[in-house]
Amino acid sequence: MNTRALPDFSWLSPDPHGIFVAPCNAWIDPSKPVETALVTHGHADHARGGHARVFATRETLAIMNLRYGAAGDEIAVPLREPVELGGGVTATYFPAGHVLGSAQILLEHGGERVVVTGDYKRRPDPTCEPFEVVPCDVFITEATFGLPVFRHPPIAGEMRKLLYAREQRPDGCVAVGAYALGKAQRVICELRRAGYHEPIYLHGALEKMCGLYEELGVPLGALRSATGIGKDELKGQIVLCPPSALNDRWSRRLPDPVTAMASGWMRVRQRARQRNVELPLVISDHCDWDELTQTIRDVDPAETWVTHGREEALLRWCQLNQRRARALAMVGYEDEDD
Amino acid sequence: MRAFATLVDRLTYTRSRNAKLDLIAEYLRTTPDPDRGWALAALTGALDFPAVKSGTIRNLLTERVDPVLYTLSRDYVGDTAETASLLWPAPEGETPTDEPGLSEVVDLLRAMTRGSVMTELPKLLDRLDANGRYALLKFATGAMRIGVSARLARVAFAQAFDVPVDAVEEYWHGVDPPYPTLFAWAADGADPPRTDLVPLFRPFMLAHPLEDTVVSMDDYAAEWKWDGIRVQLVHVNGETRVYSRSGDDISATFPEMAEALDFPAVLDGELLVRGTHQGGEQGGAASFNALQQRLGRKTVSKKMLREAPAFVRLYDVLLRDGEDLRELGWAQRREHLELLMDRLDPERFDLSRLIEADNFADLAAIREGARDDAIEGVMLKRRDAPYIAGRKVGLWYKWKRDPLLIDCVLMYAQRGSGKRSSFYSDFTFGCWDGDPDAGAELLPVGKAYFGFTDDELKWLDRHVRQNTVNRFGPVRETDKSLVLEVAFDSVHESKRHKSGLAMRFPRINRIRQDKPAHEADRIDALKALVRD
Repeated sequence: MNTRALPDFSWLSPDPHGIFVAPCNAWIDPSKPVETALVTHGHADHARGGHARVFATRETLAIMNLRYGAAGDEIAVPLREPVELGGGVTATYFPAGHVLGSAQILLEHGGERVVVTGDYKRRPDPTCEPFEVVPCDVFITEATFGLPVFRHPPIAGEMRKLLYAREQRPDGCVAVGAYALGKAQRVICELRRAGYHEPIYLHGALEKMCGLYEELGVPLGALRSATGIGKDELKGQIVLCPPSALNDRWSRRLPDPVTAMASGWMRVRQRARQRNVELPLVISDHCDWDELTQTIRDVDPAETWVTHGREEALLRWCQLNQRRARALAMVGYEDEDD
Repeated sequence: MRAFATLVDRLTYTRSRNAKLDLIAEYLRTTPDPDRGWALAALTGALDFPAVKSGTIRNLLTERVDPVLYTLSRDYVGDTAETASLLWPAPEGETPTDEPGLSEVVDLLRAMTRGSVMTELPKLLDRLDANGRYALLKFATGAMRIGVSARLARVAFAQAFDVPVDAVEEYWHGVDPPYPTLFAWAADGADPPRTDLVPLFRPFMLAHPLEDTVVSMDDYAAEWKWDGIRVQLVHVNGETRVYSRSGDDISATFPEMAEALDFPAVLDGELLVRGTHQGGEQGGAASFNALQQRLGRKTVSKKMLREAPAFVRLYDVLLRDGEDLRELGWAQRREHLELLMDRLDPERFDLSRLIEADNFADLAAIREGARDDAIEGVMLKRRDAPYIAGRKVGLWYKWKRDPLLIDCVLMYAQRGSGKRSSFYSDFTFGCWDGDPDAGAELLPVGKAYFGFTDDELKWLDRHVRQNTVNRFGPVRETDKSLVLEVAFDSVHESKRHKSGLAMRFPRINRIRQDKPAHEADRIDALKALVRD
């Protein structure tokens, strides 16, 4: 139990459009264009175009450039090195383990320490640096999978399910719905780790991002485009596409596909059925319930603020464990695609 | 249990009907007795373990998990068994080693009592992994909800052993889980199960909606579709049973009907209760509301029998004095039925009258003019059609009366279950109790959870999330800005709602984004539609 005195943190104001840091006139992951944005990672609901000045990791900036074109003023922030933002505010970026380039941001002002996590996970991920525990007074966390029913299984088992399904369907293919940034590359790397070295076929929406990952030093093995080739060539193959393409006209080009989806939501059967998924793969780039609660214990902050997700349950857990916590009611952070 | 859990898991994620049939058939072929019989019973919803109910599972969980976290989880997942299978704390030592077989599970579940279930069921759950726990809880509570109907399971059975599905349907109601005689007949070529000694249910012949079809009255006979419950009365060997449409034995609910048939026959008709205030041309049928008071009771008081006595308005005869009439055309069966009326107690039986219409336009006009509340619409039956179980195209049509409509305002929404888990899909709506511009309030008049398309559901779900003003557990109160056109079959006085009214079969007919909330209907408009 933390016994530090409770400061007031009036220099920090949670707003439905992001967290506003008044002394330096900067916003964290704002959902509207602003003067100065501190961006935790490249997912579209956290990183938007149109800001005049962006502070982010080198990888996140590269991802934003790929998606939105060049921003106004880009400042690449090295990990673990404090940056003066003015008004007595210092920001230090630490790895969040969510996707390539993802960071938590430690803000310091007048001796008070606040960590904004953006999105994060605690499991090993071959495509990005692991999450680091950063001691702080206020820990601002997401709660995407903030219900005790969410317990992500080890990824190796999910890879075995995927490879088994492929073996079972020599005349068809397995179409895996995976979010274009992060999830897709992680699935590819984990397939390689599981000993699968055949070419992996990609929907057009994933090709550029996979290319960027390789440029940034994440090797993905042999990749081919699934566009413009015959059905025969796709027989017996694994094809990756964005989740939205699974039930779209795009999938008609595939030979007798098994519909798979890599997502933390797949833990709940009815969720998988709603999306017409035949092979649910429980793979998430967010913390599950145990990781969330363990992280709060590890960080042991004076207060926990919850940005988005299933905040009610996480607040309840905090209450049961005598920890101060509050919900911030942020808008615009989507979690359906994980 | 492992094979059954795998089957349940694969069925959950399989979309195509044929693939589902293949999975079940393969399981039935390769699984030994009596496990496969128990699985078939589970798939057809024929199992009942009185000690294990949804509430039992909830109690087990809330002893182990914080009740608030349990409720939030259940609300999100939308299924008690699945919530429990995911939340169940894994026993020490990770992977369970002595997984029970399906027959052992049946023995253990049967031995459980309300007193012992709280200690015995956990022991069983501890021997399974999450998939196994899910299958077990579904199995034990009897509600599988994996997109397999009882009919589909029986078709799969027929497919597994290459026997006619009609024969399976016929024998089905005379055998009990785990169906040893049924498997012996289908799998090993033994004699079929005997059907002549027990009052067996024969699957009903059903109708398609008429929609835009026009038929010739030379080929089709017309009669009223009465608003009661369809029943089948079966008398064999001195015993009579009353079966509901789904084949449930409801003799105990309507003992006066079970006593009323005293010769060997199988009759098809509409069960209604006598009403004093509602004549109709044929006389004596009360509205469905009156019948509803008698449904779902295991025993009936003398007062009920006196005040709301049941009778059956006969549509058809399937068997009589040991003779199977089902192969005959409808017109011939009708003659047999009319001849039977002399042998039946007129207190308990009358004959469904035919509608005399010269042509289709004539029939349409008669249907239009029908005001009797106990009439749900018109039935059209092909004069030469034999009595065939199920819904065969072109033989019988139902032509329902057009629904009543009213504009209501969305007030509350609750998340649904099953495939609608996480969607706000149960809607409570209200009408104004006066002039909304003069400070009138909305009073809830009903609740509906169907009638909309999938796209409309997504839209409604978003509307609810964006316009919530209050939360009460799983229920959200909305800002009461949205008008819904609600269709319903009838409306009755009711003490259950503050408005004093209750609708029958309310469904969301249309989303009226174009209509401002204050222009929605008033309670008085709904009251004017009450007919009993």
